[in-house]
Amino acid sequence: MSTNTLRAKRRRSGLRTMAFLSPWLIGFSVFFAYPLLSTVYFSLMKYDGFKPPVWNSFANWSYVFDAYPLFWPALWNTLWLVLVMVACRVVFGLGIGLLITRIKTATGVFRTLFYLPYLAPPVAATMAFAFLLNPGTGPVDSLLERAGLPAPGWFDDPSWSKPALTMLALWGVGDLMVIFMAALLDVPREQYEAAELDGSSAWQRFRYVTLPNISPIVVFAVVTGVIQTMQYYTQPLVAGKVASGVIGGSGQQFEPGYPDKSTLTLPQLVYNLGFQRFDYGSACVIALVLFALAMAFTALLMRRRGGLIGTGE
Amino acid sequence: MTDTSAGRVPARPTRAAAPGRAARRARRTALLEWIAVHALGVAAALFFVLPFVFVVLTSLMTDQQALTRDLVPSTWQWSNYRAVFDTPGFLTWWRNTLLYAGLGTVLTVVSSVPVAYALAKFRFRGRHLSLMLVISMMMLPPQVIIIPMYLFWAKELGLSGTLWPLIVPMAFGDAFSIFLLRQFLMTIPDEYLDAARVDGCGELRVLLRIVLPMARPGIAAVALFQFFYAWNDYFGPQIYASENPGAWTLSYGLESFKGAHHTDWNLTMAATVLVMAPVIVVFFFAQRAFVEGVTLTGVKG
Repeated sequence: MSTNTLRAKRRRSGLRTMAFLSPWLIGFSVFFAYPLLSTVYFSLMKYDGFKPPVWNSFANWSYVFDAYPLFWPALWNTLWLVLVMVACRVVFGLGIGLLITRIKTATGVFRTLFYLPYLAPPVAATMAFAFLLNPGTGPVDSLLERAGLPAPGWFDDPSWSKPALTMLALWGVGDLMVIFMAALLDVPREQYEAAELDGSSAWQRFRYVTLPNISPIVVFAVVTGVIQTMQYYTQPLVAGKVASGVIGGSGQQFEPGYPDKSTLTLPQLVYNLGFQRFDYGSACVIALVLFALAMAFTALLMRRRGGLIGTGE
Repeated sequence: MTDTSAGRVPARPTRAAAPGRAARRARRTALLEWIAVHALGVAAALFFVLPFVFVVLTSLMTDQQALTRDLVPSTWQWSNYRAVFDTPGFLTWWRNTLLYAGLGTVLTVVSSVPVAYALAKFRFRGRHLSLMLVISMMMLPPQVIIIPMYLFWAKELGLSGTLWPLIVPMAFGDAFSIFLLRQFLMTIPDEYLDAARVDGCGELRVLLRIVLPMARPGIAAVALFQFFYAWNDYFGPQIYASENPGAWTLSYGLESFKGAHHTDWNLTMAATVLVMAPVIVVFFFAQRAFVEGVTLTGVKG
């Protein structure tokens, strides 16, 4: 083949690739690259959406870190959620995964029941839990009291609101259950048989056969859990709104993070600064903090062992 | 769901030849284990199911009884559900949700399939980088870019108070769907495509004739995820539609429903059931595709 036709062929295949990629190339530019650069730009501007943006140097940045009263509580809550909620979800998800692989009767029924809550729309699930855990009339506290146990204030008590959100997150553990179930069923059976012949205990088999085999999936679950925590928005917001009794259409005053800032997360701050206080500049600072955190963990996800999410390169 | 439970689980050794006492002991241990596992299973099932049960029971109480600590309705007030449907706006929210979820899903699938195909099967410079960027977009919290996006849609195009700022971007590929489809298409052997190419098919024909039929499970999973995403979305409608109740979706409207019926937990729970029910019905018709999708995002590759 002459070099000319070869070059023409290569150019044609380049155009073809571009054509197939075109929806995403437009989407990437318009809905990712441009707004991201724009966010950086606005983070350095004073802008309220009415008067034209004015150069503000790093004033928004120092405001957010030094003076904005909601930033550090939200960051602390995020840390709490990463350390407790993500950990509980992974352990519980693995436990349910182990359980479902051992259930031999009506497996399909159990699996469906375990999985269903994951599908409940977040707003609906949060409303349901706000009712179930409602200190005055909710069934959970009434059952606890009947059993002679203390009945916490859940979403009304700053020290119980995050545990209540954790319970809600454990209820929707179905996604992790499915992932762990698939991983557990992929563990080579011979390894268990060999371990059993050596007279190992069930715990030893779990520790030395199961865990090493599924450890990439455990890491995957932890890292994606952390990334999801960075986006955690609907549940804490709706829980706070329902519990505080202030709820409804736009513009209503609501104490962010009710009770006592204990349910604040970073995404809520973007909304608070941008859409309630019309301080777009400071909202963009929070957005960039969020971006840095999410990307750091995404890099971790992609780098470990040549790509945990299996880019297959 | 596929029945994968049989077989590959560490099976208890059933040594038929073993002498009587050892065999009996093994059988007794096996029985005890069976009982323990299934007792735990029932306990877990209660944890997952009881919230649904309490919500449904409360949705059938009178407004007075819903404020008490009773667990079971004294009179089963089915009319609560009619009252929810009669609430002004409720049917509009349904229509808007179906528009957002339905049209959004179609647009997402149509725009994401060719991109995923190129990423999975074409060799070109920048392919790895493109994939990294897709994953980054997938992991990006929507709040990161919301300020410029809102200013763009609301101030430049005057489209606040509608759902179009949420629907239109779906015509330009959705990162999660692209990634999931790409993972699925990677599992289709190149030989099928090469055979069609040798027969003189162009890439578009290969995609439509060969790849699409084989990718049906992957496409079904993506469509379901996207439908559920739109159905569940709260942040998007809050940003763009909150000022206009005529554009609210169910997930957003449900919250204001609670606001309008402050103490009517019975009606609020009935509305909650009505928002959950369609998702659960869809799931029962499409279990397999859904679970395959969940697994695909994490494990295959």
